[in-house]
Amino acid sequence: MSTAAEIGRPLWLLAELTYRCPLQCPYCSNPLDYAAAGSELTTEQWLKVFAEGRKLGAVQLGFSGGEPLVRQDLEELIEGARKLGYYTNLITSGVGLDPDKVARFKAAGLDHIQISFQASDESVNNMLAGSEKAFQQKMHMAREVKAQGYPMVLNFVTHRHNIDQIDRIIELCVELQADFVELATCQYYGWGYQNRDWLMPTQQQLQHAEARTQAWREKLSASGSTMKLIFVTPDYYEERPKACMNGWGSMFLTVAPDGVALPCHSARMLPLSFPSVLDHSLEDIWYQSEGFNHFRGDSWMPEPCASCDEKDKDFGGCRCQAYMLTGDASNTDPVCSKSPRHDLITGARKQHADLIASDTDTFLYRNSRNSRLFSQK
Amino acid sequence: MSALLSDKIPTINAMFRLQWEEAQACFVLLYPEGMVQLNGPAGEILSLVDGQNSVAQIIALLQKKFPEADDLAEDVLAFLREAQQNQWLSLV
Repeated sequence: MSTAAEIGRPLWLLAELTYRCPLQCPYCSNPLDYAAAGSELTTEQWLKVFAEGRKLGAVQLGFSGGEPLVRQDLEELIEGARKLGYYTNLITSGVGLDPDKVARFKAAGLDHIQISFQASDESVNNMLAGSEKAFQQKMHMAREVKAQGYPMVLNFVTHRHNIDQIDRIIELCVELQADFVELATCQYYGWGYQNRDWLMPTQQQLQHAEARTQAWREKLSASGSTMKLIFVTPDYYEERPKACMNGWGSMFLTVAPDGVALPCHSARMLPLSFPSVLDHSLEDIWYQSEGFNHFRGDSWMPEPCASCDEKDKDFGGCRCQAYMLTGDASNTDPVCSKSPRHDLITGARKQHADLIASDTDTFLYRNSRNSRLFSQK
Repeated sequence: MSALLSDKIPTINAMFRLQWEEAQACFVLLYPEGMVQLNGPAGEILSLVDGQNSVAQIIALLQKKFPEADDLAEDVLAFLREAQQNQWLSLV
């Protein structure tokens, strides 16, 4: 086992307050069987988690979900977290927000609001979100967030069906005066993996979007705009894996709605045992638990990772992706061209290159009814 | 020192929050989902940026705190310009 000095601190604490959500986005990263999770932590239990996290050195706190706005105690949680010294981030769809809440959260000490959009086009956005009014609500709330002086990040999850509208997406962000824009190509975890065939863009689409984003960066910079565009490439089109979570259990700690602590928000799918904040202190969980220590360091690595001179750079990639694609979480992430199963990635690319946009009924909405189907398995 | 600059009052931009982090034993600048760890001198300077002190006053305060330091003014000005370029603060 590594010593505390080698392990580092959980600088980032992600509080998934709830799995409840009014939207049904088919790329949601929540677990497929979220409907089977235990009951949500209480206000007091969350505040205790925040206090323990702060003691461990956590400084960024994300309120996420599901949709965190459905928690009636959100204002109280924000206030408690801010008093502890966290930089508080609300990661929301904007559905359920109103100008009064934006003001009350500010008074409680909320530092930043990130609003996610499904598309720049109202009908596509609403179809993906599975909601009729979502788009207008998001536009209204984004204006409100800026008007009340918050820094604002807009997050667009891009995929085959909206990535060609990249110019319109960026125009919309300029219009809404976003400070940061995340153009995040969909990642294939949870519901996103289930809907991969429907979501994955072609290489050509991706190259176009990346080139347009670069052109916009130059245009914005020339006009004196400080808006930053962050383009997240899907790793299915890379030859080296991402440095997932900056290394397992190195700086990131997620607490799921029912109190299960995870080294990343997808890790719940892995066949490992993860401790609950109901049974252990966050300090024990971070330093002592089997779940958090399992993939720390590099002694767990098989070949080709074990002898690879890049293993300190990408830590062998993503454990969840290795598990989903190869059935063994300790395998090299197949995204890596050195992986003996890289064919799983090149095969998916080839298969998707020929697919054409298909109808909405070919994807699975993320909702409790569908989740219960997975819970019973 | 530029007369114009010394009268200006630096203010941390709304995007950032400056905070001492005991666990990291340094000042940090926090922003949406991110953090800049500041080295000793950068932390000392920014901790005096309170929207009231002018550049000249900040230099004087630092000079008093570190009487053995030479050429403090130049270093402070260079850092403030860099901080302004990074959009950490505005000089008004």
